[in-house]
Amino acid sequence: MIACLTVPLLAGCTGPLSTLDPAGPNAAAVARLWWVMLAGAALIFALVMICLLLAYRRRKRARGSVGTWVVGLGLVFPTATLTLLLGYAVVTGERLLPHPGEEVLRLDGTARQWTWSFHYPDGGPAIPDGGPLVIPVGRPVDIHVTSEDVIHSFWIPRLGGKIDALPGHVNVIRLMASEPGRFGAQCAEFCGLGHTEMFFWVDAVPEDQFRQRTGARR
Amino acid sequence: MNEPIRPASPVELHRDLERIWGAHPGLGQLAAVNHSTLGRRFIVTAFLFFAVGGILAMLVRAQIATSHTAFVGPEIYNQIFTMHGTVMMFLFAIPMFEGFAIYLLPKLLGTRDLAFPRAGAYGYWCYLFGGSILLLALAVGAAPDAGWFMYTPLSSKPFSPGINADVWLIGITFVEISAIGAAVEVLVSILLVRAPGMSLDRMPIFAWYMLVVAVMILVGFPPLILGSILLEAERAFGWALFDPTRGGDSLLWQHLFWIFGHPEVYIIFLPAAGMVSTIIPVMAGRELLGYRWVVLSAISVGFLSFGLWVHHMYAVGIPHLALGFFSAASMLVAIPTGVQIFSWLGTLMSGRPRFNVPMLFLCGFFFIFVLGGLTGVMVAVVPFDLQVHDTYFVVAHFHYVLVGGFVFPIMAAAYYWMPHLTGRQPMFQLGYAVFWLVFIGFNLTFFLMHLTGLLGMPRRIWTYSESYGWDWLNLLSSIGGFVMTIGFALFVLDIVLQARFGPKTGRNPWGAGSLEWATPVPATNYGFASIPTVASRHQLAEDPDLPRKLAAGEGLLGFTRRNWLETIAIDMITGEPRQILLLPRRTFLPLWTALATGLFFVSLLLQVYPLAIAGLVITIAIFWTWTRHSARTADLGPLPVGDGTTLPVHTESGHAPSWWAVVFLLLADAAMFGSLLFGLIFLWVVAPGWPPPEILSDSTAFALIAMACLLAAAGLGRLALRAARKGAVGRALVWNRFLAAAHAATVLLLAAILTTAPDPTAHAYAGVNAAILVYVLIHAGVGLILALHVWQACRRGMVSAARSLDLMIGQLWHDYTAVAGVIGLGTILGVAAMIAQAGAGG
Repeated sequence: MIACLTVPLLAGCTGPLSTLDPAGPNAAAVARLWWVMLAGAALIFALVMICLLLAYRRRKRARGSVGTWVVGLGLVFPTATLTLLLGYAVVTGERLLPHPGEEVLRLDGTARQWTWSFHYPDGGPAIPDGGPLVIPVGRPVDIHVTSEDVIHSFWIPRLGGKIDALPGHVNVIRLMASEPGRFGAQCAEFCGLGHTEMFFWVDAVPEDQFRQRTGARR
Repeated sequence: MNEPIRPASPVELHRDLERIWGAHPGLGQLAAVNHSTLGRRFIVTAFLFFAVGGILAMLVRAQIATSHTAFVGPEIYNQIFTMHGTVMMFLFAIPMFEGFAIYLLPKLLGTRDLAFPRAGAYGYWCYLFGGSILLLALAVGAAPDAGWFMYTPLSSKPFSPGINADVWLIGITFVEISAIGAAVEVLVSILLVRAPGMSLDRMPIFAWYMLVVAVMILVGFPPLILGSILLEAERAFGWALFDPTRGGDSLLWQHLFWIFGHPEVYIIFLPAAGMVSTIIPVMAGRELLGYRWVVLSAISVGFLSFGLWVHHMYAVGIPHLALGFFSAASMLVAIPTGVQIFSWLGTLMSGRPRFNVPMLFLCGFFFIFVLGGLTGVMVAVVPFDLQVHDTYFVVAHFHYVLVGGFVFPIMAAAYYWMPHLTGRQPMFQLGYAVFWLVFIGFNLTFFLMHLTGLLGMPRRIWTYSESYGWDWLNLLSSIGGFVMTIGFALFVLDIVLQARFGPKTGRNPWGAGSLEWATPVPATNYGFASIPTVASRHQLAEDPDLPRKLAAGEGLLGFTRRNWLETIAIDMITGEPRQILLLPRRTFLPLWTALATGLFFVSLLLQVYPLAIAGLVITIAIFWTWTRHSARTADLGPLPVGDGTTLPVHTESGHAPSWWAVVFLLLADAAMFGSLLFGLIFLWVVAPGWPPPEILSDSTAFALIAMACLLAAAGLGRLALRAARKGAVGRALVWNRFLAAAHAATVLLLAAILTTAPDPTAHAYAGVNAAILVYVLIHAGVGLILALHVWQACRRGMVSAARSLDLMIGQLWHDYTAVAGVIGLGTILGVAAMIAQAGAGG
């Protein structure tokens, strides 16, 4: 069962927007989380299906014990499993937060129907001539996003999770590319007629190229 | 004259009861208020909407089957997916389980009807008319297109200038009337209208589940209704509430929507779980393992489901630690769900399960729902959700939960109760083919979608590039969708064949122990020819001869009397018989009332406000005449019920079902008011653009006098009630007159405050302020109408020491209005003072 699930998954995991083909620590942590949860879920699912099968296959009836079924399997087992998962999830989540650091590059992103504009804190535009957004490899980037009209969502799946761009609020997400490459970024919150087309490319380049292409800002 | 007429034979009893309880054929059917008829109507109508939602889903699948499909553009596609979600959630799932509950509950509870047959009929018409507005809009291409959760500002006027969003807000609110109505009706009926002897611990498990669901609807729906009203006020009248440029916040809508939206998922799942808990023990040939545990789990799910709405909002920028709390709460809800799953599995493992079509669908339920539950735990994990939120992974997850947790159990229930609904057995074994088509089609469609989402496909995009690698997944999903559709088409065929040509079934074909199988099948309008007395949770299993005895009139009320529709109401805990409930007969009143209500909503939609006011006035006027059914000018006194004992009729016995109905309506009302106050505090703390440029001033005196008037009204209502209970109707009339004056004064005072209050279109502070004032004003206005109604009843001699129900109900309202008014006006004054002080200090 597990093999059936994972073989096609592993074969088709790549793509410019694939969360399973991580290119940075944030996305990698989440992908790891996913594979762990998938394995656990497959085991629990198999347990339930075996119980169902045995109900029909076994000649000898099980004892109808509330203690075993309801308390043991229904109450204690999920409580234990979920406590472990919650701990793992909270620790992972905390690590991904934008903690203060020296080498962090700051970008301000403003969304409007149906495009993004990015600026460095000094006001200079980060996407010259409508080209891709350029970020350095190996340096954390904090993107401060907001919106001028409706709600949008900033999302580079290969680098990490998404953050909503809300009118009247500024949200921050920390991302980092650990390898050079070109990644897709897609608006993830339905924002009207042009939602589908609200897409841009992100180029992660080594530090020297980054300085070159952005005019050595920061 | 009040003596029962004992018919000569069971056949004659059946004929008499059918004449009294039924509706006339032809157009007369529009006057039906009977629960069996209404339940069937809800089920059939909901299934028709399911078909519409299904066709919309097929259009979605056709559009995104491959990259660059040129089928429809984004204008149409946005309407299609918005309507698919809206139809399936509001017009299929909720009405479908309401239909089953309305049809089944009185029979499971061993009684003849629900407590408020006319309210049930009114709710059905509201549902039908409200749903029709949405379908009509779809037909003319003006359907809602901002997504089924209607996020502002996309759904607000500047970004959705058309009528589309108004259709959603007004149509859905119209439909919600039926949900609130059904919830009150179900709740009061389960608590009060059961067979004598059916104490709480003897209640069928499905009734427990519906009890929880009804309370959840009463607390969970009002936030959405309030949100819809506020958003419509913003769209139609320019009030500032959600607009971030005027002190509003789009997040307020998200909170209001998901405080409704998350419990909503459990509101849909729990009735289905109740059916699973009903059917599995029958098929396993043993009682449900851990009945009390299952009841406790259902109640815990109900509670917990209100603590996790934020897991739909992980990406909006809430601090991670707070998200951790909601993440934990989201996982916590998996525990009572696990208790239920393993209780069902234990029941099967320790019984001797039969294998048949209903059981096959329940196996499909286990398979799909458990997978949906497992992915549910995954998306409760914050970092993982931030990746898959708003992708097809989430689409896959909630279809696994909703189709697994609702559609499969409903199909099991359909096959299980079809012999009851139609009196017929299935003809061919088509059910097996239906199952495999739907099961395989479903998994092909949605299992792959998990991967599509992980590969980065966001929801609600109308096309995509082939370079993303999603083509093969989407194509297979679309093929699966069409296989599933063929399965549903075969299901319709199977059901129609069974209903039309199936061989007649005997009584109790599954060998169940619950009371619905003790009625004649197909269901008669009166349900039970006489009412059973219950001594066990499985009365029918202990007394297999029960159906014959009841049909022969050997139970309670096995007779007719003055052509009344009688059933028994009990003490809600012990099940001791307490009152004879006199139910209303067939009547067109619900239809007329719903038409007038429809006039109100359609006029609002078309912005013809004078006509809307007319619709509202007509609606209130018709509702006024509803009370004539139970109004009497003389006391009936205790009446015999057929076992040598007597009981008072409900209008003369203190806490009648209608009194409880008002209690629960006020619970819903309080949930709405609480949401409104939450809105004010939330905006004050979170929204951009505060403090407001202008705050309420010079209104303190008026507000304080209004508060005093409201408190006085509550006190005067008490005095009037006390006088009426002593038989001093004249004195009650005097107090009632002062009461009316107090409410009238409040209305005038609040209107005066509203005219001088800050402009609600200028800033969200003023908008919410005005909304609170209007809320209190409407309550005082209704209090005035109730006082006028009491005045009329007193004048016509309808009130006596025993018949003081109208005053008791009025008392509830005046008390609530006083509390809500003092809190509401106090909050307004307090917030204004604090903003002023902060401004002065800063």
